[in-house]
Amino acid sequence: MAKTVDLEKGWEEMKKGMAKLKATLEGQSDSPFDSEESVKLYTTVFNLCTQNRKSDHTEYAAELYKRYRSAINEYINETKETWHIFSERTSERWSNHNIMVRWLSKFFSYLDRYYVVKQSLPNLAEAGKACFHDLIEQEREGGQIDRDLVRSVVSMFRDVGVSGIELYENDFEVYMLENTSVYYARKALDHILVDSCPDYMLMVEQCLKTEKERVSHYLCPSTEPKLLEKTQHELLFVHANQLLEKESSGLSRLLEDGQVCISISVITNGLESVSTIFREHVTSIGQALVRNAADEASHKKVESKDIVGFPEQVFLRKVIDLHDKYLSYVNGCFMNNLIFQKALDEAFEVFCNKQIAGVSSAEIFATFCDRILKKDGGSEKLTDEAIEETLDKIVKLIVHLHEKDLFAEFCRKKLSRRLLSDRSVNEEHEMSLLSKLKQQFGGQFTSKMEGMVEDLILGREKQVEFGNYLRDNPHENRGTDMSVTVLTTGFWPTYKSSELNVPTELIRCIEVFSRFYTSNTRNRKLTWMFQFGYCNLIGRFKPKPIELQLSTHQAATLLLFNTSERLSFSEIMSQLNLPSEEVKKPLHSLSCSNYKVLIKEPDNKAISSSDVFEFNSMFTDKMRRIKIPLPHTEEKKKVTVDVDRSRPFAIDAAVVRIMKSRKALGYQQLLMECVEQLNRIFKPDVRLIKKRIEDLIHRDYLERDEDDVSMFRYKA
Amino acid sequence: MLDAKGQEIIVEIRDAIIVTFNHLRLSCSASSKAIIKELERIDHLFNLYANRSSGMIDPEGIEALCSDLEVDHTDVRILMLAWKMKAEKQGYFTLDEWRRGLKALRADTISKLKKALPELEKEVRRPPNFVDFYSYAFRYCLTEEKQKSIDIESICQLLDLVLGSQFHPQVDMLIDYLKTQKDYKVINMDQWMGFLRFCNEISFPDLSNYDPDLAWPLILDNFVEWMIAKQS
Repeated sequence: MAKTVDLEKGWEEMKKGMAKLKATLEGQSDSPFDSEESVKLYTTVFNLCTQNRKSDHTEYAAELYKRYRSAINEYINETKETWHIFSERTSERWSNHNIMVRWLSKFFSYLDRYYVVKQSLPNLAEAGKACFHDLIEQEREGGQIDRDLVRSVVSMFRDVGVSGIELYENDFEVYMLENTSVYYARKALDHILVDSCPDYMLMVEQCLKTEKERVSHYLCPSTEPKLLEKTQHELLFVHANQLLEKESSGLSRLLEDGQVCISISVITNGLESVSTIFREHVTSIGQALVRNAADEASHKKVESKDIVGFPEQVFLRKVIDLHDKYLSYVNGCFMNNLIFQKALDEAFEVFCNKQIAGVSSAEIFATFCDRILKKDGGSEKLTDEAIEETLDKIVKLIVHLHEKDLFAEFCRKKLSRRLLSDRSVNEEHEMSLLSKLKQQFGGQFTSKMEGMVEDLILGREKQVEFGNYLRDNPHENRGTDMSVTVLTTGFWPTYKSSELNVPTELIRCIEVFSRFYTSNTRNRKLTWMFQFGYCNLIGRFKPKPIELQLSTHQAATLLLFNTSERLSFSEIMSQLNLPSEEVKKPLHSLSCSNYKVLIKEPDNKAISSSDVFEFNSMFTDKMRRIKIPLPHTEEKKKVTVDVDRSRPFAIDAAVVRIMKSRKALGYQQLLMECVEQLNRIFKPDVRLIKKRIEDLIHRDYLERDEDDVSMFRYKA
Repeated sequence: MLDAKGQEIIVEIRDAIIVTFNHLRLSCSASSKAIIKELERIDHLFNLYANRSSGMIDPEGIEALCSDLEVDHTDVRILMLAWKMKAEKQGYFTLDEWRRGLKALRADTISKLKKALPELEKEVRRPPNFVDFYSYAFRYCLTEEKQKSIDIESICQLLDLVLGSQFHPQVDMLIDYLKTQKDYKVINMDQWMGFLRFCNEISFPDLSNYDPDLAWPLILDNFVEWMIAKQS
């Protein structure tokens, strides 16, 4: 059992030991510092701490801890001159310091193991270094510190580290940055509630400047970006929302009142950080919109999942509003500053390209335009001006789309459907959208669609001519009223022509028109697309005759029943000469939906190849004229596949174009120019470009330079 | 005008020139006789292996040659011999090619040819020659007229043959990858040359200095990705 040691006596021992250590280091002692002595010192500390367990002797431990720290501090102070004067031996000084800390902490290591852990204090080694950090904190609070001292310490860290910067970064910088964060977090909290936004921004500016200065005075230059980032983060980002939304002086309020202009010009450096807040803010609102829309969309019924429904439309409306709002900020208060314009664009680019419930953004945009331009425009009935305005805005947003070519293809498909089923609101609006798109993205983008619209306009003229022709040639007039729309193949999406067995009533009309057309034009071939036509039939039902508005396929199906009352599925199929899928659709609409013009055996909701159909002579409806709709299936996959297939060719063309004019180009350069050229249409995948370049090498369009493998040459 | 002494000197010079010239003539004919002898022996050797009707050494002949040389016919040294001959068609040596190769190797008998092989190997492996040999190996395997690519299976064999001894670990992994991947069914010359550059330049297996942003063939980008995934 060790004898109880008095604190002061024990401390005397320690002081003697420390003095001896100091002397040894300074080369002033004769006898070396040996292990026996160090064990003795350790034991002293141990005894001091552990004796008399009954009473709580942690006060000794606390006291020892305090004294340890002051011993180090004292040592630093004592040796201050040596730091300056013997700067050539700085590494020696530093390692001596380290040795001192190490030994002392060995002596006091008992403390380290038990007391420190218990009290969660920084361990002794860290505490030794923390003394320097305190100096920095002191300075931040406005105190004067010995800057030169700190500078030498810092350069020592740098020089002594095994691989140079590591010691500095791991030991010093890490802790310093942490301290910085803590310090500025505290400061931010203090000020954010109290200051008005302009004042706060001024303070931020000041802090940034000070930190910069600090770095140049006594820290390592590599610290600067990290330090500034931490400062900015704590002061600005964390409180971005508050800054923006602050009740009476927040950024947004100021934006409304137009006062920000003045303060912004005061903050010269702050523009960057403010624009970053701006961008992050807009991005986060936008992404929230995306998430909302995705949530709503996922609640839809499973069957309708593939069709773009209303949540997506609502989403785009909100996006338009968002764009309006923040664009007005950029134009007004940020005085059209390019930095803010860019921030806005970047923000929108992020969330305008997100998929919602598996539907690509390109398709969402296209469906939105489709709805605007349809006669029964979904839920909104818009005035002409409203339509124009909306189109304007949506085109501005399309600039941010990455997959513009996919958007164009969807647009074209939907336009085709609108035009062919006569559901377009009017041609002027169609042309207006097209001209807006043309302005933004060039003629190539819209040429096909323009052709389509023109086809229809011309078609009407042709119709008039046809009418005249019939008048002038009465024997041609067969009594059935027919109108034909002629489409130019290249403009319209490719459709497979229907092989329908045309009903006799129609055949003659077709022949008449063909004769008219060939008399009128040269070198044209007509291919009939019956799947797009529609007919009016009069159904002579027993109760009363009813006029039926049907598609040509539906009409052809019904006309079969003029010759037989009952027909089986296979009979219908062979007589119509259509594939089974194409037969099922009209049959379904005529027998399983609201208007049961045909009676089906068996009477269920699905068409199978064993069904038999009978004309329902008792069919009736309160209306005299009914339209029996035929649901169409959207070939969405096909659109995406088509566009995907066209992209490699677009890349090929771009690469060849570039190489032809430049003759020889480095790989990176070629890549850059390619991306630039193609960005107007879609965002090309770098790997795909690489693949295409290799393919072009294989096809002998290009070759690799013999001496420089990263250079390509055009092969004439 | 030269004096007597001067004239004497001129005569001496003249005689010396004549003597030297005669010596040269003799040695020329001597060596040219030797050369003719050598060519005869080379041709004779050719005829030992050549097919009577086609006038070329065909695969059967090459096999016989290999067994006489005590070298396996799939050995890379045969390929090196073909390279030295600048042989055009795989599996066949024409008389011209034969003459070209053996003359360059100074071999007119089987034993001399056999002895020349190690030296040939050293010559081929010297850096500027090796690149040429490497690209030759690819071309040599193109059997059809318009053919520009070689199937994966053959490429793997060729890789092993040509680079296996020098870059064993790389070749092993590369072959493993080529057999697993599905993007490419054939390899073209550009990719083939890329493999060599890869082995020469990229540290293996850490791949630390590989940069996919550079102009490496895409197949190597994929290979590196595959390797990194495997290693983690």
